[in-house]
Amino acid sequence: MTAEKSNLVTGNTGDWEIVLGLEVHAQVTSNSKLFSGAATTFGSEPNSQVSLVDSAMPGMLPVINEECVRQAVRTGLGLNAAINRFSVFDRKNYFYADLPQGYQISQFKQPIVGEGVITVDLPGGRSKSIGIERLHLEQDAGKSIHDQSPTKSFIDLNRSGVALMEIVSRPDMRSAEEAAAYVKKLRSILRYLGTCDGNMQEGSMRADVNVSVRKPGDELGTRCEIKNMNSIRFMQQAIEYEARRQIEIIEDGGTIDQETRLFDANKGETRSMRSKEEAHDYRYFPDPDLLPLIFSEEFVEAEKAKLPELPDAKKARFIADFGLSPYDAAILVEEQETAAFYEKVADGRDPKLAANWMITELFGNLNKAGKDLSDSPVDEEKLGGLIDLITDNTISGRIAKDVFAEMFESGKDAPTIVEEKGLRQVTDTGAIEELIDSVMASQAEKVAEYRSGKDKLFGFFVGQVMKQSQGKANPAMVNELLKKKLAG
Amino acid sequence: MSLDKATVAKIAHLARIKTDDAQLDAMVADLNTILGFVEQLSEVNTDNVEPLASVTGHGLPLRADVVTDGAYPERVLANAPDRAHGYYAVPKVVE
Repeated sequence: MTAEKSNLVTGNTGDWEIVLGLEVHAQVTSNSKLFSGAATTFGSEPNSQVSLVDSAMPGMLPVINEECVRQAVRTGLGLNAAINRFSVFDRKNYFYADLPQGYQISQFKQPIVGEGVITVDLPGGRSKSIGIERLHLEQDAGKSIHDQSPTKSFIDLNRSGVALMEIVSRPDMRSAEEAAAYVKKLRSILRYLGTCDGNMQEGSMRADVNVSVRKPGDELGTRCEIKNMNSIRFMQQAIEYEARRQIEIIEDGGTIDQETRLFDANKGETRSMRSKEEAHDYRYFPDPDLLPLIFSEEFVEAEKAKLPELPDAKKARFIADFGLSPYDAAILVEEQETAAFYEKVADGRDPKLAANWMITELFGNLNKAGKDLSDSPVDEEKLGGLIDLITDNTISGRIAKDVFAEMFESGKDAPTIVEEKGLRQVTDTGAIEELIDSVMASQAEKVAEYRSGKDKLFGFFVGQVMKQSQGKANPAMVNELLKKKLAG
Repeated sequence: MSLDKATVAKIAHLARIKTDDAQLDAMVADLNTILGFVEQLSEVNTDNVEPLASVTGHGLPLRADVVTDGAYPERVLANAPDRAHGYYAVPKVVE
């Protein structure tokens, strides 16, 4: 792969290329935990969703949750990946206060899902393929709280044993922007599949980012891993800081130590987490409590048949059937709910007009108001009703924006607002001619200038007439009639 | 395969087993005897034999995704040496 110029970072000794690989931990959507029957609900009372398996009482044995297996297979299929019908669970050994077993049950040599690929959407409607190396199932650890007491750490095991999918990418990303696009696309696919809610604030999705730098065309450099990013924005900041740090060290004649680093969002920098280094000797071995996980080809095929239309297929369909640009289509398919909303608005209407109104006006207003589509005061029918009024020339596009603002504010539908405020477009030739006559009478000087060859004044007259009509005159008719009248 | 004293010290540390120097010498001898015993397995030719994670040939039994357990924080915390506000309280661990 040749380096794309726009992605290169300039240092004192020339251009550098950033190489990024991501490990995303995605919490599996399930009622109960991976190996125990305790609940997985977020935000419950501490230690209220813990079984004796999760708290690692002696003699307790893990039994796998079939739904977690199904969800991992569905996710693998959604990532266009190889499904391994034979996989093995291993113990990953380390000591930490929120890991009562002293090991995490994970999959090391034989994961449930192998290589795959996803297409990410980049600015300007471009796209890029990012390789997936593997996906494996593993247990989450508990939660440690360090800031509630000066001498103690508090441990909540509610999360202990919850199923996670660790999704490992190839080092195929070359900028913070591409890494962000990858996380967004992965999140979108997982949410379509219903295998993970993708909620980064609640920690249902978090990313470890491997960052290295090299001169374009060189071998891969030594990488550092930035742990536990739970916001796309912070992840981008962390990558940019870390790449700059590594370039400076190398250009000053130093070398990069392979290490784990943490991002400090307050300071906007990464720092070393040396204490964990020795713990990297995880001494994996197959978990003697668990037999290999085996399932049939029929099971995989049945899951494949049940998959929903995924974002890429939907995007391609929106481009082909509705004539949308790749950029607009990518925005509309990111969330399933948005795509469904759009399809309802576009049904029986001009699909491009529907896309423009959703993306520019609706999303713009929702963003400003800090609202989601789910609590939008303007629903599919109301937005469709507004578009109908534009299409049948009841109101102009300009007036429609005011009507939309009013709809968003009051929740009323478009015809009601148009009637109440008397915004119906003036399409009566006589009425428009009257307006034109009055403008021409009050601007006799400008009329003379226009007639003596100052064509550019035409726009001025259009503006004046529209102003006189309070924006209600049909612009096409104003243009046409004005031209005739001015010509004398 | 044979372990030296430094490796045994490292393994002990990883397993959080406190060992003094005198104990280490005895452990090196013990562990090497054990490894020597297990190593007899390498006399068997395993070319072209798939690694075996289980001898039964059975797959993992699956359970339904139903909440059947938990909701007893008192039992979970019963053996905790210290607790506060429903949490285990442990000596401070800070990154």
